[in-house]
Parts: sequence; structure tokens; C-alpha cells
Amino acid sequence: MDNIEARFKLDWPGFSLDIDLNLPGRGVTALFGHSGSGKTSLLRCIAGLERASCGRLVFKGQIWQDETTWLPTHRRPIGYVFQEASLFPHLSILGNLQFGQKRSDGAARVGLDAAIELLGIGHLLERQPDTLSGGERQRVGIARALAVGPEILLMDEPLAALDLKRKQEILPYLERLHDELDIPVIYVSHSPEEVARLADHIVALDSGRVVAAGPLGETLARLDLPIRLGEDAGVVLDATIGEIDAEWHLARVDFAGGSLWTRDPAVPVGKRVRVRVLARDVSLALNEPGMSSIQNCLDGCVESFAADDHPGLLLVRVQIGASLLVARLTRRSAAQLGIATGLPVKVQVKSVALLE
Amino acid sequence: MLLTDADLQAIWLTIRLAGITTLILLLIGTPIAWWLARSRAWWKGPVGAVVALPLVLPPSVLGFYLLLAMGPNGPFGQLTQALGLGTLPFTFWGLVIASVFYSFPFMVQPLQTAFEAIGDRPLEVAATLRASPVDIFFSVVLPLARPGFITAGILTFAHTVGEFGVVLMIGGNIPGVTRVASVQIYDHVEAMEYADAHRLAAVMLIFSFAVLLAMYTRRSPARKAA
Repeated sequence: MDNIEARFKLDWPGFSLDIDLNLPGRGVTALFGHSGSGKTSLLRCIAGLERASCGRLVFKGQIWQDETTWLPTHRRPIGYVFQEASLFPHLSILGNLQFGQKRSDGAARVGLDAAIELLGIGHLLERQPDTLSGGERQRVGIARALAVGPEILLMDEPLAALDLKRKQEILPYLERLHDELDIPVIYVSHSPEEVARLADHIVALDSGRVVAAGPLGETLARLDLPIRLGEDAGVVLDATIGEIDAEWHLARVDFAGGSLWTRDPAVPVGKRVRVRVLARDVSLALNEPGMSSIQNCLDGCVESFAADDHPGLLLVRVQIGASLLVARLTRRSAAQLGIATGLPVKVQVKSVALLE
Repeated sequence: MLLTDADLQAIWLTIRLAGITTLILLLIGTPIAWWLARSRAWWKGPVGAVVALPLVLPPSVLGFYLLLAMGPNGPFGQLTQALGLGTLPFTFWGLVIASVFYSFPFMVQPLQTAFEAIGDRPLEVAATLRASPVDIFFSVVLPLARPGFITAGILTFAHTVGEFGVVLMIGGNIPGVTRVASVQIYDHVEAMEYADAHRLAAVMLIFSFAVLLAMYTRRSPARKAA
């Protein structure tokens, strides 16, 4: 009863959507895919902005759409953030924020003040939308969606229209949302970085079909259809900063199953972070390697392996405690090592990217 | 006073006619313009063409058909007679109805353009912020289309002030009832009262120029949608 059941069929000239999903009722779910993969259409179906002729949508036990029911957008308890902030030009920032808040019935989960504080826009309230920067406008757009006290937040590529600097300005606020809100968020993105940083679950879409869906770490470590976050296969691990080595400017990040050393990111010990480990940065050995420039060596065992894109390469999934890493080897080295399921290996990790 | 009492009466009648026509057209033109801006029905084209007809039709043609329709044997005339209102030609209200038809496109087209310029996005945003369709129309569409309403109102008023052919066909030339300023000028000229015609014509010229000047100068740089 706590999840979101979504089944939609759309048939448009040149595009069709055929989706049957069960989305988790908490955390951030990323709808990930190229443009034209149907991720925005799916989000619009959930919001009721698009009406799939054949669809069923049950949100935590409430039917929003089925054969006989259609809840129009304005009666769905959603918050929606558009790609461009789309603020009302005839209203001040405060007027924009209050527009939905005063129409929303009863107990707002996130009050107006909390939304203003969360997005850091208190100093902008009297301004007009056209005097704000793109990043500020989008923060107002997000606060406006939160101020209605939604039971679910739908975000359609909220950062796509912004340049890199503005993105960096907003990402920390999105991470705060992730940490501080207890409502589910569905986040449409084609950006590997945003997905790796923000998502707990991922739904990968292609041509209007679901390619893969599940928890982020597990789904990224799948070998049958490696979801490429960016240029390369790899995994994302949830971790905590365990120790700072001030002398060498290094930090130890602890994940379920082991720990890795990386450059000191200048965040305090105990902070929760995410690390990305690319398959090309992981190598395997049978014995404890001798002196090496590689600082990270973990004990693991081969969980499974599968062909990679190139005929000379192999992707190997290695279990380390409760976590999975993916390593890319040449077939020749795999044969020489005798890679087989269950084989204990020393796992060397050359580089770790901290997604803070 | 430079203008005669008859001139002032004609001007006052003209203002009343144009004002009432503009108000009526605001009420019936707005929903039609909204429908034309939003609809994807196939008959949107034909309806748009009918709305635009008075732009190209000679006023006397429009006036002729209206005269037939409102006359004692016309369908509209039969209706008004059945309701005990008599027939409308050569009355002030007959003139109002004719003006409504005559100025229709001047109200509907600017509004339609203004509504189309708003686009889908603000309406979708408002819907996600819990506004019902009626609420959206009043709280988002009307304020965003305000410049369009001002343009449409001014154009309709000014265009009604300038009508002549339709007035002659429907209203004739009854002082205080249907003799508007443009007809009064015609009368002055017919009677060789060139000085009187000059004065009234000058008033009309100044009025028209002032209206257009107001429209062209108040157009502050449109605020971009954020």
C-alpha cells in the first residue's frame, strides 16, 4: 500500500510509451534515459498533465487513474518542478510561492516558511521573477512546488536548463531535499552525475520501454545490461567519511563491506557521501600485490562475469562484504587468473570519485 | 462653444454606442477568443473565418443582411416581435447589435493572439499548484492577457466610433437615437455647412489620433515570461 503502481500506454505518431512499474513510496527514484526515451511523458502521465488512454495509477492505495477514474491534475497531491522554473511573471516571488500554498487544503507537510528556508530564498521574496538569475528562479520553482505540501514531488530535469555553475549552486539544495523530506521524489534526468548523486532507485528507459528498474547500486552492478552512467560502466556506493589523514590529505570512506582511501574532500568525519567506482579503475589479482602505487586493496570474491561491448573484454562482478564492484578485464587476463564464480580475489581500486 | 447642441448630442450618442458595444463584446468575445486560441476542433477554421468576415465585408453588405434579419419578416425580427419588443432597425439597440457584429473581429482577434501567446505552460503550472480550470482563467490567464484586453477594448471602441455604412443601413438618421458623429458630419456636408463639418471632423481626427497614440506609447517592453 506504500508504493506507486503505474501502468501507461501512449500511442503518438513516432512515439509510444508502454510502461508497467511499481515505484517505491520513499526516496528518490530517477527516471533515466536519453531524450525521447519517454521519461518526461511518464512523469506527465503521473501528474495528470498527459492522459494515457489506457492507464492505471495507484498512489499509496489512492486510485488516481483507472478505467473509470480520472483525477485531474489540480486534485492530485503532487508538487511539480518544470525544466524551466516557469514562474508567473505577473506575481512577485512571494506571490508565486503563495499561489499553490493558499489553494492547497489543510495540513501542509512542508510549510511555506520551511520551503523558503530549505531553498535559501528568503532574501528574494519581494523581487519580480524577471530580476532573478536562472538558478534563483529554479530554487523558487522548487520551493513553490514544496509549499503546497505535496505527498510526492515530481521533478522534470530541474537542472537541464542551467549552466554548470548554476547546477553546482542547486545540487546541494536537492541533496538537502533528499536528506530532509520524507516524501517520495521522482526525478527525471539524463545526467549521470545527478542520478549518481541523488537517486536511491533508478528506472532506465529507452524508446518508451523500461530497460531496468531497481535500487541504484544493485541496478548499476547488473552485468546483463550495464547501465552506463556517462562514459563507462561502474557502481555507486553509499559510504561515510571514516577518517581524515591530515598529513597526506586523504580521507577514508567506509562502505558496507570495506573502505577506500581517496583525496580529502574537505568534509567532516561522519558525513554520508556517495562514491563512484568505474569498472575500468578496478583490477583483480590472485595474491596480495607487493609494493604498488595503488592504495586500495580489498578482499572479495567473483560473483559473476559477462561479456563486455568489446570482444576482448570481460566485466566481472565482485562481492565485497555486502557491496558489489564491477571490474573490467581483458579476456586474456581473465583466463590467466582463472576467473570463475566464487574465486577469491584481491581487488585493487585505482581511483574513486566522491559524489558529495 | 464651437460645437452645436446637435453635434454634442451626436458625440454623446457615439460614445454611448461605442461604450456599450465594447462592454458587450468583452463579455461574448472573451470566451470565443479563448475557444479559438485553445481548440483543436476542425471547425475552428470556419468559425475564425466568420469572425473575421466584417474585416473585409463592405459595411453596407453587413448592414443589409442585418436589416433583413432584424426586419419584421426576418427571423430575428420575428423573435423580437414575439417577445413584444417590436423591431430593432432604426432604434438605438438595433444599432448596438449591428455594431457588435461590425466590431467583432476587433475584439476577438487581439484577445485570441494574447491567449495564444500565453501558451500551455503557465496553465499546467497553475494546475500542479491546485488551481481548477476556472480559477486558472481568472488568476493566470486574465492577468497575463491584460495588454491584449486593453488593445482589444481600445480597438473595438475606436472602430465603433468610426462606423458609418452599417449605421446608415440599420439606424438611419434619427437625432438623439441613431444619428452618431460620423452621420452628423455627413449631414453637415449635405447641407453645405462646411464650417460645422470641419469642427466635428477635427474632433474625430483628434480623438482617433489620441487613441492610437495612447496605444502605441503605452506599449512598454513586454515582460518576458520567467
